Amino acid sequence: MSEGRYGEYGGQYIPETLMNAVHELEEAYNTYKEDPDFVAELDDLYRNYAGRPSRLYYAEKMTKDLGGAKIYLKREDLNHTGSHKINNVLGQVLLAKKMGKTRVIAETGAGQHGVATATAAALMGMECEVFMGKEDTDRQALNVYRMELLGAKVHAVTSGTMTLKDAVNETMREWTRRMDDTLYVLGSVMGPHPFPMIVRDFQKIIGKEIKEQIAEREGRLPDAVIACVGGGSNAMGAFYEFIPHKEVQLIGCEAAGLGVDTSKHAATIAKGSEGIFHGMKSLFCQDEYGQIAPVYSISAGLDYPGIGPEHAHLAGTGRARYVPITDEEAVAAFEYLSRTEGIIPAVESAHAVAYARKLAPTMEKDKIIVINISGRGDKDVAAIARYRGVEIYE
Amino acid sequence: MSNIYKAFENKKAFIPFVTGGDPNLDVTEKLLAAMEEAGADLIEIGVPFSDPIAEGIVIQEANERALAAGCTTDRLFDMVKRAREKVTVPIVFLTYINPIYTYGKERFLKRCVECGIDGLIVPDLPFEEKKEIAGECEAFGVDLISLVAPTSNERIRMIAKEAKGFIYCVSSLGVTGVRSEIKTDVGEMTAMIREETQVPCAVGFGISTPEQAAKMARISDGAIVGSAIVKIVASYGENAVAPVAEYVKKMKAAVSGESLR
Repeated sequence: MSEGRYGEYGGQYIPETLMNAVHELEEAYNTYKEDPDFVAELDDLYRNYAGRPSRLYYAEKMTKDLGGAKIYLKREDLNHTGSHKINNVLGQVLLAKKMGKTRVIAETGAGQHGVATATAAALMGMECEVFMGKEDTDRQALNVYRMELLGAKVHAVTSGTMTLKDAVNETMREWTRRMDDTLYVLGSVMGPHPFPMIVRDFQKIIGKEIKEQIAEREGRLPDAVIACVGGGSNAMGAFYEFIPHKEVQLIGCEAAGLGVDTSKHAATIAKGSEGIFHGMKSLFCQDEYGQIAPVYSISAGLDYPGIGPEHAHLAGTGRARYVPITDEEAVAAFEYLSRTEGIIPAVESAHAVAYARKLAPTMEKDKIIVINISGRGDKDVAAIARYRGVEIYE
Repeated sequence: MSNIYKAFENKKAFIPFVTGGDPNLDVTEKLLAAMEEAGADLIEIGVPFSDPIAEGIVIQEANERALAAGCTTDRLFDMVKRAREKVTVPIVFLTYINPIYTYGKERFLKRCVECGIDGLIVPDLPFEEKKEIAGECEAFGVDLISLVAPTSNERIRMIAKEAKGFIYCVSSLGVTGVRSEIKTDVGEMTAMIREETQVPCAVGFGISTPEQAAKMARISDGAIVGSAIVKIVASYGENAVAPVAEYVKKMKAAVSGESLR
């Protein structure tokens, strides 16, 4: 088998034109990840720019209300730019700079990864171009302006379904046009090797901190770690440190949209099948002929028809389990956390909160659940208002 | 070994590409026969895919039209089988790996043999991943065509050594599409290929004019043209057969070294 496999998943299914580029990236990554200067520089950025370590907060009111396991929230929403995405882009853009690149390109769905990439590019003096589906540039006009404010150029992608998967297609196409001075900064644990590995490595700080923080507070490991899954970067980051600790349940929450029995969902593990797309062998929502299906979720960040190969592997081996959460459950959880704890989570993260609301009451009071609050919900307020019938536009 | 070598026997090959099922399968069937008659030495048929990441806008739109018109892998196979009653030149499929994988690798290859498909070009299956279907291709006698790109450098040797059928020499960076100028030193690429193998190599990506085709054919064994033909299909729709045939005739003359007027 080729490089970058997680069981049978993963691989490097990309045009020949890009092969030397991914090899160059892998080589550079393997060099710099051990380089003390690189590690120190990234650590400094994490602490003093992104605001790490992010807090682990004991949600006492939520715990009492649900009447079961103790609930802790990992506050990735408090990071600079408002989500876990900054962990990865600081690493990748710094790597790009070390590689002598002067330009970064990225795909984005709702705009979180695009904004984070534009931010890191501004900080490190790199040119930045972001590809975003036309549907999403319309839905998230504020984020488009935000990226432009940060000095990035935003391209509205009008091919295919005009959403995240098409933005990935277009960024890959752009990379095959120009790779000498350009690095593709991929936003999730997906795509061809080495991206799933690199993104996981830059995100695994989440789980590492959880482990230290919960040891300090409770003197032990948590019983369950819950995170939402689109491509799966925040979940992979939260899970990775706990994979060898079999007693810790790892639970990924997929977007079930209007329900997994409708055609309007993005629940890849529940409803998808094996395929090879976007450079990786994994699970995808697709038809019998391998045509990639249009997917749907209220959450643009989970609106992706595939999942990272390492998640497909964790699901296959049973080490992690994946549950579908509907729009309605996510919106209810969005409102619940806002009212109960005064924390407005991203609608993506609300999928994880929704499952915790189901799970906690079934567990003993001495058990511990950690929910990864991957991002803050300011960006979603208008959409949630509209979902509830209040016509507010940004 | 398949019949592909015949396309290059004692001649420079002209290789036209059409997207299967664009604007519909009946037109594609007529195009195959007309292109053969106009001088095509080998025909490439694109299997429509929802997300063709190596294609420029022209072929992307052709894929969308074909899928919207109801083209499926099964219907495409059926059409090729019908066309094979007349068409004798080698035919290859250009398909992304997912339609093969989800159809079932063996089942796909078996259908290829039944319908007279001689080779497969899979743009998202690089050398390192070719094991994915190379065994099945070998077993069914269908050539898995290798691609080399302007960025391949020393990889060209490794790829050429194991090449089957012909080598698809990608002339330009980026995705498929017409280009006013081809900047890569293609001669250097084909020379390196020659040092490693006698398998023919044909140049594609960006070629649209007889002058470009003639130039590429001089430094290789043939020229591949996709987007320029798909553009004609896009503008003429159901009436594309005659103008495509005329274009193929002109291009075949150019690669054969007949004087350009």
